[in-house]
Amino acid sequence: MFVSEERFISGSFEELAMPLFDRLYNFAHWLTQNREEAEDLVQETYAKALKGFRSYRQGTNFRAWIYQILRNTFLTSRAGLKSASSISLDEDSESQNLPVSSDTPETLLLQRSDQQLVQQALGELAVPYREVLLLCEFEEMSYQEMSATLAVPIGTVMSRLSRARRALRDAVQEMQKR
Amino acid sequence: MACESWKGKFDAYFDGELSAADARALNEHLSQCASCSAEGLRRVQWKRTVQAAAHKFTPDAAFRARIQKQIAAPARSSWTRRWIPAFAAAAAVVIVCIVIVNFQQGRSSGQQLLGELTDQYVATLASGNPVDVISTDRHTVKPWFEGKIPFSFNVPELQGSPFVLVGGKVSYLRQSSGAELIFRVRQHQISVFIFQEEKLGHVAVKANEYSALSFQVETWQKNGLRFFVVSDAGSHDLDQLSELLKAAN
Repeated sequence: MFVSEERFISGSFEELAMPLFDRLYNFAHWLTQNREEAEDLVQETYAKALKGFRSYRQGTNFRAWIYQILRNTFLTSRAGLKSASSISLDEDSESQNLPVSSDTPETLLLQRSDQQLVQQALGELAVPYREVLLLCEFEEMSYQEMSATLAVPIGTVMSRLSRARRALRDAVQEMQKR
Repeated sequence: MACESWKGKFDAYFDGELSAADARALNEHLSQCASCSAEGLRRVQWKRTVQAAAHKFTPDAAFRARIQKQIAAPARSSWTRRWIPAFAAAAAVVIVCIVIVNFQQGRSSGQQLLGELTDQYVATLASGNPVDVISTDRHTVKPWFEGKIPFSFNVPELQGSPFVLVGGKVSYLRQSSGAELIFRVRQHQISVFIFQEEKLGHVAVKANEYSALSFQVETWQKNGLRFFVVSDAGSHDLDQLSELLKAAN
């Protein structure tokens, strides 16, 4: 659920942050792939967000703000640094040149795939692809919210999302062949 | 436009990011092209599969309690703790008096509010352009309201139900903006109005007290939002749609 601007202005940090707790944890667990690390990440996120809440610019998107804190905290953690150093997306140069999704769509796979397979494929995706898919498909964030959360232009969000969808499709397809 | 070009817009369309004009044009194409329509359906199913798969991890209760304790508001001083019960008792007496005086006024105010809503329902029913966003896809309708109203809500999943989402538009009540969702069930139209509870002035809203023109009205409050379901359909239909809305929000 989105948090309205009005509630943000009058609401306390707890009122705004706790409704996001389950989803933040789910996102953290997907990033870290580990329960203890996910708990540490969420705890640190809440501590940082609480500390920065007074200086937070009212009227902007609280959900995008706290997800950004969680993501930045993850990226500067040991697990995050490791994941960042192991991949190269090479996407910025192509952000204005989006691929047209006219090739075999991922949806064709649906009948042969199941939820468990998708979960496994999602877990094996590179972190930037995994996180953009989670923010779009599970959190149902708008491109603008994702742009704020990931601190990248909307064009990059779109191209990364397109590549992430293709990567997920390919991964599921590969698993089905095994 | 060729099908391949339309398919290039599918991602933005199903993410609710296509402009209203493009979404309308694509809607029209989907209603005429079996191939794109089938592909669209598969995309929606895939999105749902990924969405369901992504909801995998749940925090345990002990961890939740730990975080809640960590961010809870600081404890009040002992002076405040001592005097709060006395102030609370005095305030309670005052509040009870105010409530009794205003009860009748609030009730008639609630009936007036329901009257305004049924007027809006009839106006929508009679209008040649009943909706501003025409779509049967909840992922198109919900994002359309972003930036137009000061809150958000969820549109329920209608698969397997007799209801069809027609679209939505911005509605106004008591000088505040809200959402009007229009559904169809058989030959009946149902309007669902959603407003912020606090903007309605906490009037005594009781749908069962309102029976003008034989319209059915269901209303409830959840998470700070007030929902009104207005229709000339049977009460069973209203109950069923209300349950779907409650589950989604």
